[in-house]
Amino acid sequence: MAKLKPPVSSQDHIQGNPRSPVVLVEYGDFQCPHCGAAYPIVKQIQKKFKSQLAFIFRHFPLSEAHPYAQIAAVAAEAASNQGQFWEMHDLIYENQESLSLETLILLAQSLKLDMKVFQKDMKNPRLLEKVEADFESGVVSGVNGTPSFYINGAKFNGSYDYESLSEAIDYFISQHAVNKG
Amino acid sequence: MLGTNIAAPGFVLNATPDQKFSLSELKGKNVILAFYPADWSPVCGDQMSLYNEMHRYFGKYNAEILGISVDGKWCHAAFREARNLHFTLLADFEPKGEVAKKYGVYNDKEGRSERALFVLDDEGIIRWSYLSPVGINPGADGILDALEMITQKNSHGQIKTSG
Repeated sequence: MAKLKPPVSSQDHIQGNPRSPVVLVEYGDFQCPHCGAAYPIVKQIQKKFKSQLAFIFRHFPLSEAHPYAQIAAVAAEAASNQGQFWEMHDLIYENQESLSLETLILLAQSLKLDMKVFQKDMKNPRLLEKVEADFESGVVSGVNGTPSFYINGAKFNGSYDYESLSEAIDYFISQHAVNKG
Repeated sequence: MLGTNIAAPGFVLNATPDQKFSLSELKGKNVILAFYPADWSPVCGDQMSLYNEMHRYFGKYNAEILGISVDGKWCHAAFREARNLHFTLLADFEPKGEVAKKYGVYNDKEGRSERALFVLDDEGIIRWSYLSPVGINPGADGILDALEMITQKNSHGQIKTSG
């Protein structure tokens, strides 16, 4: 079974405590409609499991198929440099249908980012390298499409609807309880 | 399905409507043969779209990828254009599935090849192969592991002969 490589670390974008019983990692593409469909589902899942769940997002832009996927990922990293990765992540998915370079700039403005710094960061090769490093980690972890999910380091091959994800996470939580007891 | 450590059977197939392609053209390079059932499967989970993003990674290992299905040359041409694919798709079209049969990955009942991967070294020896369940995109991690193994063995071999 495909394993997450490298494991979750402080280099990752994390919501919640990485020592939670369940750590959910998504490899996503900001322009992929399936990832767009998964976005509200992950929100629901986070709402249900609260502090029992940590969520990590890694970039997996399919640039040849989706012309704005990579620049959107860089924009999220640029927002991250100003402490607003998740805000940007959410806004991009919420405005996925009108994704363009102009949209990314409007979204950054709506977050009241320092636009001078943001524009400069958009051209910073280090941010692109970070996105590419995520992509490469996805490839060696066996990502075969987007979104791909990993639960506690193992690839989740089920469908990403609310029930399937929820059931899988419930299982890991029960295992966690058993191991502890 | 053909196993490993044997010479990969040669073939000549259409790469474009007016161009033939022979496997022997890639002597000296590692080669990934990706047999797949058909063009035009769904977008984001699509195996060929994933490989299309991988030049840089395959290039690092001096490797080239070839996609092979029983679709005709015109079908491949339209598919490559629609998906912006940058690598060669070969038409195993006439006689239908002949190459897939040679590699033992033809499905007679469905009239198409299975979803199967072969990694050949620079001398044309099959070093790794994988038959994927037809509905599951096998990703690229197995391919990269195989290329890594080939590269490491080659460098070990060099150390031995020079020592």
